[in-house]
Amino acid sequence: MRVGSSSTKTKGDGTRKRFAVARETRASTITLMLAVPGILVLFALPAFASRLLLQELFYVFTMLSLAQLWNLLAGSAGLISVGQQAFVGMGAYALFAFTVVAGLDAVPSIVLSGAVAGLVAIPVALIVFRLRGAYFAIGTWVVAEVCRLVLAQVKQLGGGTGTSLPPDIASSIVGLDFVRNLFAVRGPAARDIMVYWLALLLALGTFALVYRLLRSRHGLALSALGDSEAAAESTGVDVFRTKFLIYVLTAVATGMVGALIFLQKARISPDGAFSLIDWTAYVIFIVVIGGIGSMEGPIIGVAIFYLLQYYLAALGSWYLMLLGGLAIVLMLFAPSGVWGVISQSLDISLFPVRRRLIAMSGSMPDRESNP
Amino acid sequence: MLGWIDTLLQGILLGGLYSLYATGLSVIFGIMRLVNLAHGDLIVLGAFLILAATSAGVPLVVACVVVVPLMFAVGYALQSVLLNRALGRNILPPLLITFGLSIIVQNGLLETFSADTRRLDVGHLQSASLPIGGGIAIGVMPLIGLLAAVAVILLLNALFYRTALGRAFRATSDDVEIAQLMGINNRSIYALTMGISLAVCALAAFFLGTRANFDPSIGPARLLYAFEAVIIGGLGSLWGTLAGGIVVGLAQTIGAHIDPEWQILSGHVAFLIVLVIRPRGLFPRAVD
Amino acid sequence: MAMLETHDLTAFYGDFQALFGITFALEQGETVAIIGANGAGKSTFLKAVAGLLPRPAAAVRFDGRDIGALPAYEIVKLGIALVPEGRRLFSSLSVEENLLVGAYGRRTGGPWDLAAVYRLFPVLRERHHAPSTSLSGGQQQMVAIGRSLMSNPRVLLCDELSLGLAPIVIRDIYAALADIKQRGTAVVLVEQDLVHAMAVADRAYCFQEGRVSLAGRPQDLSRDAIHAAYFGL
Repeated sequence: MRVGSSSTKTKGDGTRKRFAVARETRASTITLMLAVPGILVLFALPAFASRLLLQELFYVFTMLSLAQLWNLLAGSAGLISVGQQAFVGMGAYALFAFTVVAGLDAVPSIVLSGAVAGLVAIPVALIVFRLRGAYFAIGTWVVAEVCRLVLAQVKQLGGGTGTSLPPDIASSIVGLDFVRNLFAVRGPAARDIMVYWLALLLALGTFALVYRLLRSRHGLALSALGDSEAAAESTGVDVFRTKFLIYVLTAVATGMVGALIFLQKARISPDGAFSLIDWTAYVIFIVVIGGIGSMEGPIIGVAIFYLLQYYLAALGSWYLMLLGGLAIVLMLFAPSGVWGVISQSLDISLFPVRRRLIAMSGSMPDRESNP
Repeated sequence: MLGWIDTLLQGILLGGLYSLYATGLSVIFGIMRLVNLAHGDLIVLGAFLILAATSAGVPLVVACVVVVPLMFAVGYALQSVLLNRALGRNILPPLLITFGLSIIVQNGLLETFSADTRRLDVGHLQSASLPIGGGIAIGVMPLIGLLAAVAVILLLNALFYRTALGRAFRATSDDVEIAQLMGINNRSIYALTMGISLAVCALAAFFLGTRANFDPSIGPARLLYAFEAVIIGGLGSLWGTLAGGIVVGLAQTIGAHIDPEWQILSGHVAFLIVLVIRPRGLFPRAVD
Repeated sequence: MAMLETHDLTAFYGDFQALFGITFALEQGETVAIIGANGAGKSTFLKAVAGLLPRPAAAVRFDGRDIGALPAYEIVKLGIALVPEGRRLFSSLSVEENLLVGAYGRRTGGPWDLAAVYRLFPVLRERHHAPSTSLSGGQQQMVAIGRSLMSNPRVLLCDELSLGLAPIVIRDIYAALADIKQRGTAVVLVEQDLVHAMAVADRAYCFQEGRVSLAGRPQDLSRDAIHAAYFGL
């Protein structure tokens, strides 16, 4: 086991007992060993997978990213936002602005769009953090509506009806030639492969971001926040700064995902970019059914959601009512989701972010103790 | 000049309608600290229930008189069966339950009534207006709406401040644990509160349905206006909620006067501005 | 069979066990003191009896009937009222409203009504419209006691009445307590103020880390025995 830090405590009989903080578990080590080849396979997939599969996986990866990010906000920082669609939309519109209006290449535009979303998040946070709890949630929704209504006024980006990405932009993404030659495919198929890789990279990047954050001292601060803000503050945790940092970082990542999603769609409209159902309702459902507050939850959640979507979306309103009903049942009877049920009964953790205090075997004689 | 006076009057009257939307929300905020994300959709449900009754031949006023207690019962049942199970410090369960409920109500209405827009017919009252000089006229229905908003607040304040039950509500809001030591069953109080909230929603539904076209999808927007009115007015004060509703109404009509496309945006912007300069609202009473 | 008794009463805060099987009895009209150090479980005991904490169904009996499964708002209607630690007045209610809300779960038949409470604590009548939060600590304690009396309890559970109050105020509170006693109400007094508690009690229990460490009549308990039971030495 790897040891994070250690300290010693003197026992009454003059020997010292060593304690250490450990995070890894056996299950997590196995997961890591399986994950690496798995990820390599995912990267190599375009060589033998159909375009349809790549498109479906694109949807899965982008929803998974959004879910991990919402989970970070709500499950770890206690910031329950019903307005993340604001950043999806801002990132998407920024991408269109950078590529269509400013003529930049799509891939760097994605990164810049994330930055734009992050910049928007700064004043937004300063305003909505004045609200707490459920009021904060609706406040974020109002902000998203403001974004939607403002962007609908921007004629250069299509106004209220929206606009499409011109084909020359869609077909001039950097690296597209490389892909075309590598896989011997034509333009649109090459684009599918390109965005698929970008989606996979973003999903991995999101995982890495969330994982690193939770394992850092910010993550420890977050757990303290989740239990009691007042207590956390009294131990020196800067509550405001921690929440602010998480909110802005999440916005940046969400913006990048939004930019990629609408790059792939190649068409944008205010209602689509800022859709509550697509970018918040479905995302929350994924996190909740998978298991809020855990990193494993969104993975399970997106798998379940994808299956539900695949088989039942044709039911239209009834499908949505079913999702709503499931969310209610979950909250009443299984609030920690499918992963919550699994991990509680088996006591395993695949992504070790919790810190456990363990006593190391063997005591050392205390040289400084008096007899 | 006259245009501006007319705009202000329209804003105040619109504020009366928004206050009706908001009062039910304000009551459950104040007593239960609960945010009902399905609030707007339940107002729309009320409008469709009234519509269904009138379609079956019931006169409009009778339909309202029936739907108000019906919605009270719906609220009471909703709280008793669903939301009382999600009580506790964690705000996520009630938020998600009401979110799920919102989706169910919207789509249920869609399936039952289709997406067509509807209207409640008040006959000649629809376009009746009172001229007040200078060529300006006040719509009769909007005026009745404002008066209804004021009447509801007077009624609820009388309940909360002059009755034993009202004391029980306020005690529960202050300290739910000690309220139980007084013999107050907090679950009953919460169920009654939700019932009152939805009864007011039913009244709001009448004015919603007679004022403009409605369809199953307009609920969320009403929730946002109601929420903004409550926050602008300040938590814990029903008169504050009326003031908040009027602020939102005025912001919207003034915005629309400048550019019709800016109507809704102006309301939201006014809310954000108030949040920045007076985060506790204009007339806060409760220490939350 | 005593009027109020507990058998093997346990109580938990989450996973933390605060009471380890308390056996306790209170007769009609008696005054019983519960003393002990901070964290001994005295307040927890009162809360458990009053129904604010979950407890085993048969662990608490009142008039021979198991009341452990009843919720707090039913318990007060049976005639057991708790004056909570720290006063806990309703902040948005006036003095008089606080008293009136105490009558919400009122038992019929009993000497206590608004007029009787004002006779007991005349200063409250003078300030009856004032917001409850504007009163001094001692006056707030009077409101808290009056509020519980309004339900006409047969048992008054008092949690740390003297906490944070000046000696002269404590004297007034205990004088009122004598009046309450005289009307036949049984009183359970949880106190850190040993002197006052033992002076008025017919019997006393000492709690130590969630268990009863000593019980008996004050005059039968030696100082040394009390100290030992209090601190667990």
